[in-house]
Amino acid sequence: MKISVADVEYAARLARLELTPGEKELFAGQIGAILGYVEKLKELNTEGIVPTSHAVPMENAFREDVVQPSIGVKKALANAPESEGSFFAVPKVIE
Amino acid sequence: MRYQPVIGLEVHVQLLTDTKIFCGCSTKFGAEPNSQTCPVCLGLPGALPVLNKKVVEFAIKAGLSTNCSITPRSIFARKNYFYPDLPKGYQISQFEDPICQWGWLDIKIDGEESKRISITRIHMEEDAGKLVHGELSGQNDGSGVDLNRACTPLLEVVSEPDLRSSDEAVSYLKQLHQIVTWLGICDGNMEEGSFRCDANVSVMPVGSDTFGTRAEIKNVNSFKFVKQAIEYEIQRQIDLIEDGGTVVQETRLFDPNSGTTRSMRSKEEAHDYRYFPDPDLVPLVISEEWVERSRQELPELPEQRQQRFMAELGLPPYDAEVLTASRALADYFEAGVAAGGNAKTVGNWIMGEITRALNDSGTPIESCPVSPVQLAELLKLIDNGTISGKIAKTVFDEMWRSGKAPQSIVEEQGLVQVSDTGAIESIIDEIMAANAAQVEDYRGGKDKMFGFFVGQVMKASKGKANPSVVNELLLNKLKG
Repeated sequence: MKISVADVEYAARLARLELTPGEKELFAGQIGAILGYVEKLKELNTEGIVPTSHAVPMENAFREDVVQPSIGVKKALANAPESEGSFFAVPKVIE
Repeated sequence: MRYQPVIGLEVHVQLLTDTKIFCGCSTKFGAEPNSQTCPVCLGLPGALPVLNKKVVEFAIKAGLSTNCSITPRSIFARKNYFYPDLPKGYQISQFEDPICQWGWLDIKIDGEESKRISITRIHMEEDAGKLVHGELSGQNDGSGVDLNRACTPLLEVVSEPDLRSSDEAVSYLKQLHQIVTWLGICDGNMEEGSFRCDANVSVMPVGSDTFGTRAEIKNVNSFKFVKQAIEYEIQRQIDLIEDGGTVVQETRLFDPNSGTTRSMRSKEEAHDYRYFPDPDLVPLVISEEWVERSRQELPELPEQRQQRFMAELGLPPYDAEVLTASRALADYFEAGVAAGGNAKTVGNWIMGEITRALNDSGTPIESCPVSPVQLAELLKLIDNGTISGKIAKTVFDEMWRSGKAPQSIVEEQGLVQVSDTGAIESIIDEIMAANAAQVEDYRGGKDKMFGFFVGQVMKASKGKANPSVVNELLLNKLKG
């Protein structure tokens, strides 16, 4: 399957990845090869087969609506690159 | 050229569960920022979401109450995008196979026939966190992120583009709001964002069957603003087209201060959410038995209750509609009737005195200081002639203030109605003697003077004279 550099750039932007021109070429080829491999599935007759969304045959895992202790502000913010008071601090977001 | 607006609404309904949709953190409003968080709602690596069963039960109830089909097998999907209030980099939502599909609501606008508005789908999803601006002190002029709200359960109710005016949109919204609050699955607080609406608005030439390009308006948090935002947007698009421009598909933000909408640049990028089934959450299978059980548990809905109030209690349609505005109001009314009140009279008092007092004091009907039983007792005192309807209002005010029973207020303040003809006659005699000129006028043909005499007698009796006795005696005496 042919994947263009433009396709790679589009996906990279959605994923917030910065790629060098060399990487774009490299990944275009690699992604194309992976998708080409998956294409092979089209050769199979899948009529009557339900699309698989999950690999494990399991359903309905629930929890009851009962409050469990939270971990606390200190722990919640422990891994934050920046925090202030009880908030995570991020660059200014303007709408 | 004349234009036809086309409107579809997406409503987010925050569910009244105690915990979040995928973890056990509390959903209580107003806690210290980030104090109600855990690895799941913080999106920490390796944390696994587990679905809150109550969210499913609420969703089924919402679906059944809006005439939807419940999807036997539905799945959760990841909606991928980056934003600082979304810790995982994706929102867990439903894409294909949402829990409810193909419903409808009949809306009614004054003086028009009811109109059916289709509901495309209702799906479950998690809310994002909250961004605060300008609250960080010190050298940091950035934004703050509070993830207490992250992972709070929402239903998104999506209508078909069946609405044709701002009035229809508001009518639909009000009905949906009434249903979710009636079911007790949402507190309906629009200011706090528990019930919020995005409107998709486009215009097309009248008679066309091709929709125009739509703009999505966000951030509308009251019925009034929904009307304003939609009307502004319709006019903006018409003006744009008339001036030779084209409407672009975009997200616009409503500004309640100016009543206008403006483009949200930050969201201009093409939406490409790359939805895919969330492997962390197993499929949700809802059996017919489960649906049936939910159906049995549904309360009598507003529409049904209105019909019953008309059929069983003989209420006029207007009264039935007003008294079923909320479940609490309808319950109050029925409790008053059950306590022996006449349905029409109880209804009148609720729509009159009680509503006025509730509004004046900003009290919800749930905390009305006068109980329905007390109201019925008060009405009994009018019925059996103990007090007049006028005095009843004074007694009501005192009941509202002190919470005392009407009977004891009447006794304490000596408000018992005077029906004793002798006592009333002597008052009338005094009044007539003191107003001889007016008596002459009346006898000379000025019938209107009658009201003057009634007023004087009632005043002299401090409102306690029985009005019908007063009328009768006055008529006789004035004849001379």
